[in-house]
Amino acid sequence: MADRGPHTFPQALVDEDPAAPTVAELYGELDADRTTEVMTVNIGPHHPATHGVLRLVVDLEGEVVRDLKPVIGYVHTGIEKSCEDKSYWKVIPFVERMDYVSYFFQMEAYCGAVERLIGLELPPRAKYLRTIMLELNRIHSHLVWLGTTALDLGAISMLWYCFRERDRILDLFEMAAGQRIHTRYFQVGGVIEDIPLGWEAKCRSFVHDMPIRVGQYEALLDRNEVFLQRTKGVGIVDRDRLLDLGVTGPLLRAAGEPWDLRKAFDYLAYPEMDFKIPVGTVGDNYDRYRVRVAEMVESTKIIGQALEALPGGPFIAEDRKYVLPPRSELSTSMESLIHHFKLVTEGFRVDPGEIYYAIEGPRGELGCFVLADGSSKPARVHFRDPSFVNLQAFKDMAMDSYVADMICSLGMLDPILGGVDR
Amino acid sequence: MPDGPGLELLRGEIDRDAPGAVLATSYEKERAALIVDAVRIIEVLAWLRDTPGQGYRFLSSLHVADYLPAEPRFGVHYELLNRERVERIRVKAMLSSDSPEIASCVELFPTANFQEREAFDFFGIVFTGHPELTRILLPEDYVGFPQRRDFPVGGEPVTFTYSEKRYG
Repeated sequence: MADRGPHTFPQALVDEDPAAPTVAELYGELDADRTTEVMTVNIGPHHPATHGVLRLVVDLEGEVVRDLKPVIGYVHTGIEKSCEDKSYWKVIPFVERMDYVSYFFQMEAYCGAVERLIGLELPPRAKYLRTIMLELNRIHSHLVWLGTTALDLGAISMLWYCFRERDRILDLFEMAAGQRIHTRYFQVGGVIEDIPLGWEAKCRSFVHDMPIRVGQYEALLDRNEVFLQRTKGVGIVDRDRLLDLGVTGPLLRAAGEPWDLRKAFDYLAYPEMDFKIPVGTVGDNYDRYRVRVAEMVESTKIIGQALEALPGGPFIAEDRKYVLPPRSELSTSMESLIHHFKLVTEGFRVDPGEIYYAIEGPRGELGCFVLADGSSKPARVHFRDPSFVNLQAFKDMAMDSYVADMICSLGMLDPILGGVDR
Repeated sequence: MPDGPGLELLRGEIDRDAPGAVLATSYEKERAALIVDAVRIIEVLAWLRDTPGQGYRFLSSLHVADYLPAEPRFGVHYELLNRERVERIRVKAMLSSDSPEIASCVELFPTANFQEREAFDFFGIVFTGHPELTRILLPEDYVGFPQRRDFPVGGEPVTFTYSEKRYG
């Protein structure tokens, strides 16, 4: 039997061999004026590391990125144009499909813009329900980001752990709205249905578990030498440059700028919530990771508070000119039947006007511009998608770094190409 | 947002430094907007960005709306944001359909690069001085500007193999 006691490596393997040739001896000194050939490499559009259908044309000197150009438009589907041909409430499922990971945010940006155009006030319960759903969606979006980005860096197990919690969020969505993704849960004036019995308890148990899970993710990654070396000090872009490029969201906060529209502007139930804005220090990829992970914990806090303070009352506004009457009234009230018929066939009309309404999406400022011309269809719907604008910072992030770090930076940028191309 | 009187005060200040650049103001749905002479757009944007006490340094969004059948027809919207005072203001320049041309603001706001390309792509607005004004989302060889209101929905024929066989 071989000795299976405590094993020690032979000392020769532990110490560096003094006789071994150095890199310089093997390959010669790397002098400054040595010219290497610059090679142009095409990455994508179909490549698992580009997080969607993104094409990158990269100029490489050896393995170092010297120039970079993102080429986009491969999943452009003309959603903004299609919206002009739909009545206001039929636009909602369209805009959800732009940024397919943060569909609740798209709905809120659009519905909020239309509500402000027609001056419709939300009942308090609708505001709280929307806030809860948005924050659940923010966690969901960050979980997808964390799983796929860790996967890019070789940490495969993170994907399964993240998607396990993501599934619990999708279960909550399914229970409330009937759909796991693209729920069409928000309606102009409120939400389409109240949460069912038992939903609150299920959501509470998720709020209880989530910070523990986040602690587990951190235990897996925060002291992982490979992860730290791949992220720390990589992809640094300073605060002023990010602001010039219009970058918002976790990327900007990682560079130390505490800018969050949830705090800056008054919308939904956020003014009544107590939460912090996590910020980074230097703005490298590690800070971006830390900020997003901390945001998940802050989001669970918001959900917990909103569940505690969830007011009773109607979940959608009472204005029958814009909101469908309850089903039960249709068989008893002629008035309701007429309203129902008008809303379902033509939809409501909106007086001429235009509005830009921005909310804090998981990737930054998600703005929606709606132009109304008095008819029952919007004359223009435009989304200021944070992925689209943030993508401009990618060149700064990846310049003069290795190809492998460029992939890491792209993951940390977290673009959703459905949102970029719309 | 600056309120109604605040907007008029702002207009007065711009008028002192750049007389005639602001054509009108509008204050609707608690949103303030300056309607600006398209030729002098850079002057106004630079004033709003650099004047001490203003500091609209962040361009949130640049987008275009088509006001067909009105003339001038295209409105270029600049959603500016002052992060210190947490105020938004919209600067709007109207362009006629026969020469939809306006100076590019990429020098002032580098974030406008992609957004101006998008506006060019979908509306055919020419941003003079833009470093690379090419189509961004549509293919380079695409003809037409599909977000214009007179561009029909469904104007692009879709050929399925079935209909190809049947209708040749």
